[in-house]
Amino acid sequence: MSQPISNCPNCGAPVQFRWSGAAQTACPFCKSIIVRTDIELKNVGEVADLPPDPSPIQLLTEGSFGGQRFNVTGRLVYEYENGGWNEWHIVFSDGSSGWLADAQLQYAISRLAPAQALPAQAEISRGKVMTFNNVEFEVATLTLARYKGFEGELPFPYYGKSDMLFADLRTTGSQFGTLDYSEDPALLYLGEWVEFDQLQLKNLRQFEGWA
Amino acid sequence: MSSPLVAPPVVKTKSLSCPNCGGPVELRGFGHALTVVCPQCFSVLDASTPELKILQQIEERWRRTPKIPLGTRGKIGGGEFEVIGFQTRSVEEDGETFSWDEYLLFNPYKGFRYVVEYDGHWNFVTPMEAMPHRIALGGRPGVIFEGRRFKHFSGAEAVTTFVLGEFPWRVKTGDKVIDDDFIDPPTVLSAETTDEEVTWSRGEYMTGAEIWKAFALPGPAPRASGVYLNQPSPFKSGGMWTSFGGMLAMVAALAIFFSVFSANRTVFEDHYQFQTGDGREPSFVTPIFDLKGRTASLELTVHANVTNDWAYFNFALINEDTGNAFDFGREVSYYTGSDSDGPWTEGGQTSTAYIPSVPPGRYYLRVEPEMDANAGSFVRASNGKMTRVNRMSYSITLKHDVPDYTWFWIVAGLLMIPPLAHTVRGRNFEVRRWMQSDYPPVQHGGN
Repeated sequence: MSQPISNCPNCGAPVQFRWSGAAQTACPFCKSIIVRTDIELKNVGEVADLPPDPSPIQLLTEGSFGGQRFNVTGRLVYEYENGGWNEWHIVFSDGSSGWLADAQLQYAISRLAPAQALPAQAEISRGKVMTFNNVEFEVATLTLARYKGFEGELPFPYYGKSDMLFADLRTTGSQFGTLDYSEDPALLYLGEWVEFDQLQLKNLRQFEGWA
Repeated sequence: MSSPLVAPPVVKTKSLSCPNCGGPVELRGFGHALTVVCPQCFSVLDASTPELKILQQIEERWRRTPKIPLGTRGKIGGGEFEVIGFQTRSVEEDGETFSWDEYLLFNPYKGFRYVVEYDGHWNFVTPMEAMPHRIALGGRPGVIFEGRRFKHFSGAEAVTTFVLGEFPWRVKTGDKVIDDDFIDPPTVLSAETTDEEVTWSRGEYMTGAEIWKAFALPGPAPRASGVYLNQPSPFKSGGMWTSFGGMLAMVAALAIFFSVFSANRTVFEDHYQFQTGDGREPSFVTPIFDLKGRTASLELTVHANVTNDWAYFNFALINEDTGNAFDFGREVSYYTGSDSDGPWTEGGQTSTAYIPSVPPGRYYLRVEPEMDANAGSFVRASNGKMTRVNRMSYSITLKHDVPDYTWFWIVAGLLMIPPLAHTVRGRNFEVRRWMQSDYPPVQHGGN
């Protein structure tokens, strides 16, 4: 894996992309949001420090899913009316990219599904059933959320987006999906709910009083 | 790796001051809390804002003391969990209020679980992400999950009547959900429906003793009363019937063993004619036959070609050497005809007598047939007069050492008593369970 090193366009500090597919990172020194337009780095604003967060996952946490090792390289924090959740960007040992969601310590792993015809935002409602890969998915909840912040490296530039709609898709088993209406056309993520123990996570955060 | 990143420091527990009474409010959930209740003044606080806005004050009459104190840790569900929240919920049914307690469990890595108690019955509850497939089971609602069928037990509006500790969601007294329970004991799947969403969870039945052990609580657990919706039946009849089947197979094998080793030998067989009114002595004796080997059963079969008539046979089995005799009689009667219901028959042309144990030796049989002369037809006698004569032909067969299955049926019947009683008690248990449901079984004998 190549690890291009360049300098922050704002403060000149060295900025390293640990993952070659990364499109965005934050300068660890001046908190500038740095977008990679290959080789050129562009400063597009400043991130506030993320508020303290109780997720046991952190950048550089490692784990395993479906027989493949993965590393956590980045994180998006979403918030909505009833709380928030983390989407940890993970890179598998074969270089492919996925997401490890942590919503109140309920974990799920998903990947971006190939582009396909998806219902428009206006057509989506709770209880709607749709079929992907011969599995029926039902819209369980619709969540209007916004970015609260990010850290680490992301596979796409995210900055400057306002409220966006997510449709939470459930099945009769462990498979799940998310319809992400922050883009047009919408993006579909498909994946699986996982147990904490199943991921064999290493390099986790420590909690006072818990071994 | 030469990373400029610094791992976040160890996450510390926090303590806040209640904006109402100033008392300490401990946070055990490392920032997951959206709601926290002051343990001193029972103010419900909004933990999502630094100023801890007071949402409500819980009236004294609703306050309850959790049986498992907040902060208690236990080993349960494959991990260590700490009790961080407590809520009481109630349903109203026919003017009665039923309340149960829910303990929120937390582990900073594994997440949230619940322990739920009603009347001494406990459940360990895990939140579910799957939405079980809804089906109809015998005309009632049900769901299929992981290949198991769950029957709808009850559905009611549940109201939160008390909260204590902290919760990762917004909670206050007066919150309402529709709670539907689907059971396949010892598992219950529960659906909580609000205007926004349906949340499923899965409960596994636990006894008070198991909970007391998991959380190392002092003293004995409170006794459970009644039958709870997903309480496993102590009368699982499957095992009893399996062992019954096993024992029956063994007894059957024994019966087959004995029948194989029974000689079942024909020791005497002959055919005779008989007619009334010929002036001859009806009784006669057979030639002598040998009963060899062990003391064993003897089966006599008499077949007579009577139709709409009867015959009676007096038998005596006599030991040639000792003179000991077994006296017995057999009737053969066979009637047939036809009436408005169609053709009918009664009786049969064959009758069997069974003597359980006859010692070996030399024997002969004395036979004395009888018939009703008046049931016969007129024939001209040698003196020229018309007289009624009844006649038949018959055969006698004697079999020595025949297999006997009577004992087998008696043993089978006795063996069936325990599993049958178990099944009946199991049925009663299920009736008591379902009496609490939306589908009470029909009770005979009034209300």
